[in-house]
Amino acid sequence: MKWALLIGALCLAGCNKPESTYARNSDVKAGDIKSGYAFLQDDTKALQDDDFANPGFLWVDRGKRLFETAETGASTCSTCHGAHGMPLKGVAAHYPKVDAKTGKLLNLEAAINLCREQHQGLEPLAYESDDLLGMTAYVASLSRGEPVSVDITGPAAKYYEEGRDYFFRRKGQFNLACSQCHNEHWGEKLRGDTISQGHGNAFPAYRLEWQDFGSLHRRLRDCDTGIRAEPQDYGSETYMAVELYLAKRAEGLAMESPGVRR
Amino acid sequence: MRAVAPMSLVALLGGCEPQHDARLASDVSIVGDAVPASLTGAPGDAERGRAIFVSREEGHCVLCHQVEGLDAEFQGNVGPALTGVGGRLSAGQIRYRIIDAQRIWPDTVMPAYYRTHGLRQVEHGYEGAPALSAGQIEDLVAFLEAQAS
Ligand code: HEC
Ligand code: HEC
Repeated sequence: MKWALLIGALCLAGCNKPESTYARNSDVKAGDIKSGYAFLQDDTKALQDDDFANPGFLWVDRGKRLFETAETGASTCSTCHGAHGMPLKGVAAHYPKVDAKTGKLLNLEAAINLCREQHQGLEPLAYESDDLLGMTAYVASLSRGEPVSVDITGPAAKYYEEGRDYFFRRKGQFNLACSQCHNEHWGEKLRGDTISQGHGNAFPAYRLEWQDFGSLHRRLRDCDTGIRAEPQDYGSETYMAVELYLAKRAEGLAMESPGVRR
Repeated sequence: MRAVAPMSLVALLGGCEPQHDARLASDVSIVGDAVPASLTGAPGDAERGRAIFVSREEGHCVLCHQVEGLDAEFQGNVGPALTGVGGRLSAGQIRYRIIDAQRIWPDTVMPAYYRTHGLRQVEHGYEGAPALSAGQIEDLVAFLEAQAS
């Protein structure tokens, strides 16, 4: 009887078990949550910590300049978000967020572009352009040190579920899910990199490998192509949803943008 | 019962083996936990296998595995060290682990290098082709088989 069971189990595991679309359920225990910063080498940490050496501040400064200057015919951002208006300190820590009017999920980049269109009568900036990265980095930098905290209730719930679905879904030629690296193998060495828990709290960030400053979506595209999965578009609803899922997962971590990563 | 057990083992195994794994790039015969036959019908080249094991454009196995004495910087440790693996596993077992590790260990992060079917969202340009060719896999098998402790 025992034998038959054992053999049955072997056969099932070996030949007949249908593969699941999803990786197994897993998480990072609440007490273990750590920023990607914790896995960096000392010289990379030092670069992030020094505002004068951190290359990300080139984009923050660019964003600050844009924030305070008017494009032809438009008011400046600082007209509304100045010392007397709606200050932006701490605001970035609560993105992505659902836009009450349209029900759409907005990350910081999208919120900035919406402001341009609705309040300044300007065209949206192209995703990953230095201007949009700069504005995003500037606004995010006003939340440095604030704990990540997003709302996933009400209209945000479906986006959270969509993001979670993406995180656990196996994909690409290598058939891996985000969760398999960032929940199950963080702390281990993937060649020169230590796999972190895959949080987004440092972005937009300067990546040494890019020799450039980039958005979280650029980082997600790298992880997708790393497993030979077709990456999603910049600013796509799917990556927005993943961004929301990641933010909830990173709840309480300090905002670091402009971060520096390998 | 004792006497019957080995018989039923044979019968049951017979029922599910040799298997033909329909998700692979070509018809491959799996016997137990091994793929005994060379995918090309010929033995691989261990020296080429070493290059494939290290190269970022090919196997890039050092992303996760370490082999002591191998000339490669920064070897990963997500997978077990493969130093001496030829002493632990037969060529057929090594071949099966490269071809479809996810069939042996459903939750493993090791990619199935000879799989083409049942995948989702595969990057354009990689659809329909396995990550490694039959020849590359045979070269890797030859290289790893030669890693005896
Ligand atoms: C094969 C392993 C692997 C898979 C699968 C993977 N990643 Fe990553 N990821 C990495 C490595 C390695 C890095 C760079 C080191 C680090 O920060 O973890 C990284 C970095 C990140 C970062 C930046 C973290 C930081 O602090 O800089 C985020 C966010 C991230 N991954 C999210 C994801 C998401 C979402 C997915 C699925 C779409 C995913 N990853 C799939 C290995 C992986
Ligand atoms: C993303 C990580 C990763 C990559 C890349 C990878 N492996 Fe693995 N490998 C693993 C893990 C993890 C295991 C152990 C199985 C498990 O428990 O998940 C393994 C197991 C093995 C084994 C069995 C070892 C034993 O002692 O039983 C062999 C052989 C092997 N890998 C060869 C290779 C070869 C050859 C390549 C490159 C073509 C490769 N691996 C690429 C992660 C990886």
